[in-house]
Amino acid sequence: MPDGATNTGIGASVKRVEDKRFLTGKGNYVDDINRPGQTYAYILRSPHAHAKINSIDTSAAKSASGVVAVFTGEDMQVGSIPCGWQVDSADGTPMREPGHPALAQGKVRYVGDQVAIVIADTLDQAKDAAEKINVDYTPLKAVVDLRDALADTTLVHDEIETNISYDWAIGDKAEVDAVFDGAAHVTKMDIVNNRLIPNAMEPRAAIGDFDRASGEYTLYTTTQNPHVIRLLMGAFVLSIPEHKLRVVAPDVGGGFGSKIFHYAEEAITTWAAGQIARPIKWTAERSESFITDAHGRDHLSHAELALDANGKFLGLRVETAANMGAYLSTFASAVPTYLHATLLAGVYTTPVIYCNIKAVFTNTVPVDAYRGAGRPEASYLLERLVDRAARETGLDQVDIRRRNFIPSDAFPYQTPVALAYDSGDYEATLSSALKLAEVDGFAARKAEAAGRGKKRGLGYSTYIEACGVAPSAVAGALGARAGLYESAEVRVHPTGSVTVFTGSHSHGQGHETTFAQLVSDQLGIPIENVDISHGDTGKVQFGMGTYGSRSLAVGGEAIVKATDKIISKAKKIAAHVLEASAEDIEFAGGNFTVAGTDRSMAFGEVALTAYVPHNFPHEELEPGLDETAFYDPANFTFPGGCHICEVEVDPDTGTVEVVSFTAVDDVGRVINPMIVEGQVHGGVAQGIGQALLEGCSYDEDGQLLTGSFMDYAMPRAHNLPSFKVATEETLCAHNSLGVKGCGEVGAIGSPPAVINAVVDALADMGVTDVAMPATPQTVWRAIQTAKS
Amino acid sequence: MPTVSMTVNGKAVSGEVESRTLLVQFIREHLELTGTHVGCDTSQCGACVVHVNGEVAKSCTMLAVQAEGANVTTIEGLANGDDLHPMQEAFRNNHGLQCGFCTPGMVMTAVDLANKNKNPSEQQIREGLEGNICRCTGYHNIVKSVAEGARNMGG
Ligand code: FES
Ligand code: FES
Repeated sequence: MPDGATNTGIGASVKRVEDKRFLTGKGNYVDDINRPGQTYAYILRSPHAHAKINSIDTSAAKSASGVVAVFTGEDMQVGSIPCGWQVDSADGTPMREPGHPALAQGKVRYVGDQVAIVIADTLDQAKDAAEKINVDYTPLKAVVDLRDALADTTLVHDEIETNISYDWAIGDKAEVDAVFDGAAHVTKMDIVNNRLIPNAMEPRAAIGDFDRASGEYTLYTTTQNPHVIRLLMGAFVLSIPEHKLRVVAPDVGGGFGSKIFHYAEEAITTWAAGQIARPIKWTAERSESFITDAHGRDHLSHAELALDANGKFLGLRVETAANMGAYLSTFASAVPTYLHATLLAGVYTTPVIYCNIKAVFTNTVPVDAYRGAGRPEASYLLERLVDRAARETGLDQVDIRRRNFIPSDAFPYQTPVALAYDSGDYEATLSSALKLAEVDGFAARKAEAAGRGKKRGLGYSTYIEACGVAPSAVAGALGARAGLYESAEVRVHPTGSVTVFTGSHSHGQGHETTFAQLVSDQLGIPIENVDISHGDTGKVQFGMGTYGSRSLAVGGEAIVKATDKIISKAKKIAAHVLEASAEDIEFAGGNFTVAGTDRSMAFGEVALTAYVPHNFPHEELEPGLDETAFYDPANFTFPGGCHICEVEVDPDTGTVEVVSFTAVDDVGRVINPMIVEGQVHGGVAQGIGQALLEGCSYDEDGQLLTGSFMDYAMPRAHNLPSFKVATEETLCAHNSLGVKGCGEVGAIGSPPAVINAVVDALADMGVTDVAMPATPQTVWRAIQTAKS
Repeated sequence: MPTVSMTVNGKAVSGEVESRTLLVQFIREHLELTGTHVGCDTSQCGACVVHVNGEVAKSCTMLAVQAEGANVTTIEGLANGDDLHPMQEAFRNNHGLQCGFCTPGMVMTAVDLANKNKNPSEQQIREGLEGNICRCTGYHNIVKSVAEGARNMGG
């Protein structure tokens, strides 16, 4: 343990600071907040997937009891909800980005699209009044299936004359084709990455507030990134300057990506609060979450892997159609391109790769980042393909991976798809996982299961991810419309306690603990003396928020930089008081000491001197001890690892049981092992959910068939085993902490391990593929098809 | 509008409600006890679990008027002043919560489970939590928490 740190420093499993309030019912989520004079909103939504709005009659609703106001798209003439990332087609055409109105303008494009807002003194009154609104629709043919949408016969947006937003590519197709022509073996697969519904347990909510005296708007919202919402909504949609708009994201009950995006309800409640000069609260009902929270995944791919006679990968080519839903949500355009295609090298030395992505509009809820965002799609595609290639060439699953691993001495490693990996050791995570999963005993377990009439299978996934989305300059060149740094302010108070203002946002990740550990460790002060403040643009200088496992690797580094500045100023103050030169001051264990002497000052004394500067180097320094830093990373970080899943399949019913799941991940340096393990558990559960249970389904008219927890199978406690989790550490080479990020590894690595295990279990029955989610019906059908 | 009276966390309370007002709305909005959460509208998630007359109840599935005269305990009524209930302590000790949204319902369900089974097996815990969804933890640490909480409750 580092000097000066207690058992709360880096590497300690410190119990979480935030738990007490959550365990005693004192959490403060948006729906727990009430503002004086508050009204309640109900949002009337489209029952049609695609329809023309001929007229909306709100007169009866307006005069209903308790109603304060009713607004439709005609009233709310504001800017379009923007997409944050511009991706150009391979031929240079900018992506097609049709208008995305907060309240529908003449047309609705998915079931759930916002049509009107009813504001009343109580929620019941608002709901009752909404029933009195008469919308005259002409239903239009909807296009729901990706394949149908590609045919362009029915258009989601007439004005762009196609359903394709962009047709993008990476890699040299001719070069890749040539490699395939000379390959000893080519493995081909059609791969579907099933559409998911994120379902954070806290439904989205928003409270719009307007202060008549100052002209200032406040939005309380369930977001992962309040400053980003302020920027997108203020600058693009409502034209409210930043100094007149405050966005507060208090306790947020899970996000998983789905609370990154700027949603219509945020703009509608904020705008309407200005119209009526009263606060307006809107809280989604779960049924509303199902049809309005951005969905995830939904890729249709054809992938081919070329191998030489020794099982070495020679080239990869992939064609993917990615469903965007009805409009481009905040991050949507970046997910299949920069977060998916660029990951297709995986942990392998494949020398050439080509990938084409078509982003396609359909009459469904917008699709955007969901835990892992693009990277789970990449790892699933690649690891299924590798699994199949091993079966086709007769190579062992572990052996084929080892033959193709990027060796641990090859870093930094430039992949053919833009990314440069800085560090990793894939053999280390693999061999550690093989031991932890007790793979040696598998054959005996399989035989034992066979005796009970069960098919036992083992599935592997050796994956990589890119997170801590990275240098602003590179992201900007790739079309990002924002910077991707993070900021932190470390404010030392006169008596030596510290408040850290971070632009990261915690909605389950435990930043109040991990970040406090960091600062306590660096400043050598007790963790109780450090408070982490986040989630309020009125308090925190700036921030890009929390997504893509970036909080520690980017946000944590910003805190380190700010703390470094504090230490450097404090040294000068101590030098002045101790009558030494700043270079001679050593800082350890919370004490500033003149090297080689016993003359020293405690951190708290220096803080007090900074604020009561009677004996202070005024000619050199300003009073106070408060520093801000912005950190723009030099590269992505690249966590990776090995997941091994063991399943038992009942061949008569198709039921799959996950009997054991092992995850060995390299997330760089671990600050709080307890929290890291928790993040991995949660991610793995979501990955197993995708693989076995969760599948979003629409009918051909665009009605969501899986619109409640009764129809959409969320993983429950009895669906999952306890997990075997461990870490192997290689340090990130370009941040001072050596951290990589752990929020998404579980969801990225696990789905292919599960499906590979199911396929392994059924391989001797002739089954070569099972689609996700591998429900009993799907598995049973795969068995029957293989038999016939 | 009907008036309801009940005891919540040991205190006599009453209020005027609409006949359609749910118990969870009465708890959250009238009593301003916002620890009890609403995570769904189909009685599936368990975020709203409280104890009514010593039995678990999904407070989104009961009308306020059905709790007339009842003895209700919410998550706010579990700790003894600053001392956490052993089940709350076990959740903290085992990192059994992340975002905290499912937590109140999860803890209330766990207390009931432990009351009924002093030494539950992993399988019994997993089945006992069937009515509670957590999206964050993957249940691994919740299961550990419930086992430890049950032990420390004097099982
Ligand atoms: S709120 Fe989901 S079960 Fe009560
Ligand atoms: S801790 Fe977030 S839903 Fe359970």
